Amino acid sequence: MAGMFDTNAKTDSASTATFKSQLNKVYTWYAGGFVAFVIVLGILEQMGLPKNYIGFIFLLATIGLYAGIGIMSRTTDAAEYYVAGRRVPALYNGMATGADWMSAASFIGMAGTVYLTGYGGLAFIMGWTGGYCLVALFLAPYMRKFGQFTIPDFLGERFEGNLPRFIGIIGAILCSFTYVVAQIYGVGLITTRLSGLAFEIGIFVGLGGILVCSFLGGMRAVTWTQVAQYIILIVAYMVPVVWLAVKQTGVPIPQAVYGFQLQKVTDLENKLKADPKEIEVINIFKERAAAADAKLKDVPAAMAADQAAAQKKVDDLKAANGPAADVQAAEKALAGLPKTADDAKKAYTAAKAANAARAVPLAGMPPHAQVFAGDPNGDDKAKTAFDTSRRNFLALIFCLMVGTAALPHILMRYYTTPSVKEARDSVTWSLFFIFLLYFTAPALAVLVKYEMFSVVVGSSFSNLPDWISAWSRVDPALLSVTDINKDGILQLGEIRIGGDIIVLATPAIGGLPYVVSGMVAAGGLAAALSTADGLLLTIANALSHDLYYKMIDPNAPTARRVSISKALLVVVALAAAGVAAQKPADILFLVSAAFSFAAATFFPPLVLGIFWKRANKWGASLGMIAGLGTTFYYMATTQPWLRSVFGVTSPVELWWGILPISAGLFGVPVGMAVIIIVSLITPAPSQKTQELVEHVRYPDLKLGQA
Amino acid sequence: MQVSERHRQYWNKNLRITAILMAIWFVVTFVVGYYARDLSFTFFGWPFSVWMGGQGALIVYCVIIWYYARYMNKLDIEHNVHEED
Repeated sequence: MAGMFDTNAKTDSASTATFKSQLNKVYTWYAGGFVAFVIVLGILEQMGLPKNYIGFIFLLATIGLYAGIGIMSRTTDAAEYYVAGRRVPALYNGMATGADWMSAASFIGMAGTVYLTGYGGLAFIMGWTGGYCLVALFLAPYMRKFGQFTIPDFLGERFEGNLPRFIGIIGAILCSFTYVVAQIYGVGLITTRLSGLAFEIGIFVGLGGILVCSFLGGMRAVTWTQVAQYIILIVAYMVPVVWLAVKQTGVPIPQAVYGFQLQKVTDLENKLKADPKEIEVINIFKERAAAADAKLKDVPAAMAADQAAAQKKVDDLKAANGPAADVQAAEKALAGLPKTADDAKKAYTAAKAANAARAVPLAGMPPHAQVFAGDPNGDDKAKTAFDTSRRNFLALIFCLMVGTAALPHILMRYYTTPSVKEARDSVTWSLFFIFLLYFTAPALAVLVKYEMFSVVVGSSFSNLPDWISAWSRVDPALLSVTDINKDGILQLGEIRIGGDIIVLATPAIGGLPYVVSGMVAAGGLAAALSTADGLLLTIANALSHDLYYKMIDPNAPTARRVSISKALLVVVALAAAGVAAQKPADILFLVSAAFSFAAATFFPPLVLGIFWKRANKWGASLGMIAGLGTTFYYMATTQPWLRSVFGVTSPVELWWGILPISAGLFGVPVGMAVIIIVSLITPAPSQKTQELVEHVRYPDLKLGQA
Repeated sequence: MQVSERHRQYWNKNLRITAILMAIWFVVTFVVGYYARDLSFTFFGWPFSVWMGGQGALIVYCVIIWYYARYMNKLDIEHNVHEED
């Protein structure tokens, strides 16, 4: 173990080989230890260890482990702190990148999105893997050859000056901060479920785990922790899916057999659509929506009627000497009625929308095997629906891919490999390790759907599975179940489920022992923590290295730079936790927004900087501003939450029907065009910069001997 | 700094393989995506486009990156721009 955390290890080939074999040994033991740990807990569960103990043990053991690695890898050396000494072998850098990359959104949210949206959700799966082709072919090897510490570093050197560097810092902070808030929200969600603590406290417990690691050892600690986290998260993701596959089909390779389960899901969908009980539920929602609509026509009269009805209920209960709890509830309902006509109008509009949204077949989910909404051969409306749905699907893939290739915390990872060759191999390993999880996610979605449709739907309300009440307690917005048509049987239309709990609830839905639920939660925690670590480090480095050292005080000693970075880490982490505790509107939107920002800000200048020598300072600076500005403008004028933040009241005007989530689709080409045009009308970059471009294009020029 | 003819060849070959692989990437992602509704024939149980979106495209992406790394690592040696270890 010592060599792995030893700062002074030499980097000649003999010691590299020893280093690698030591790593192999350490992580093999570690993986074996983790499996043994889970088995022991499983046995203890059978012997009667209570569930909340299991949750706590998982929480403490994994966070303790990450903290331990952080303490062992503590460092104040700049090269170790910023780029892990540049000696992380390709395989391990691949695993670390995998964990860095796979966030709460990938682990917790993605399969749930596919579950809820079917083919449309595959945009995330393709976008978040295909982006690595761009990383591998356009960026990683060149970034490694350039060999500095951060992405703004590259912008500052290549585009000659502090202006592009400064815009880079702003962009890096904007997209990393948006992204880290989403991770911390995920950490809070899981900690709450594992421990039963309040959400706000859960966030700060998880934050401790993030900080102790990145705070002490920077990139070095984060890298070795991320390898450990990858192993936990991939095991945790696979076990329940394989289990479900064996249970449903007898074959332990879910990725190969879920096509046949998909056919069964399609059959069940057709059955559910025709089921009279489901139709009954839908009709009740339709009636409720219609009732709310009627109230909207005459708001004052409806308010009076509501008031009278609620008052009558209270009086009746009191007269009949009803149970105290019922009387209290009725009084509360009476007190909670809207007081002004405006409030009432808002409440009725919301009720109309909410009920109308649920008055649809399959609880609003499209048939799982259906590609795009609408129909290209149908009437005008169906045609438009089809075209818009297809256009948005492709636009989202584009933004996610380009964004992947421009996220500073991912690109930074390729600075840590020993050579250009290893950087290329490392992208291969990165995508391979990411691929393992991503090509399992659609299988998980289908297998869980089959389980829900065939087992959970149709069960009786008096005998609902435990996980339903457990998750409703965490947050009713994530899962709520009500017997709408009062028949005592659970219909699909009566379940309202959020995508974020599908993966976490999978073991329980499949009837697996609680220890597996604990393991999956620990996996989700690993995914969220590892990404949060990488992001916080990116933000702190942008501020300490790029802003303070490169722009404010170039003579600052190394030790001070590292301490400033550590101090900033704590400040940024607390700020992000503060924002996450507010439960900002839409997590998936936050994450996707980060991708669009990154795509529009960084992709054009980075790629043109390497492939086009003529790109210059003014082109890059204005291009980044134009790209980011366009993306931001489109989002701020079209996305409901941002519109309310910025007080935009003009009617929403979508360009070609593209949703705000894909705003980068406009930002990227605008950024590209501005860089090209402005570069051409301003002077070419200096000879020295052109030589730098030549320099990054070849792994080793060996001048004079070629 | 003078770059030799051999270096220029190296860079051109790099650009060529990059262009070819990006063309494959584009077809797998956007062309298949565009015609997804029409490509719904059954493929080992899946509608083909659903399989492509969830798994086929991912396999192609992995192969693209693996092939590029292999090709470039060889090209480095052929053109004597590889790193000494």
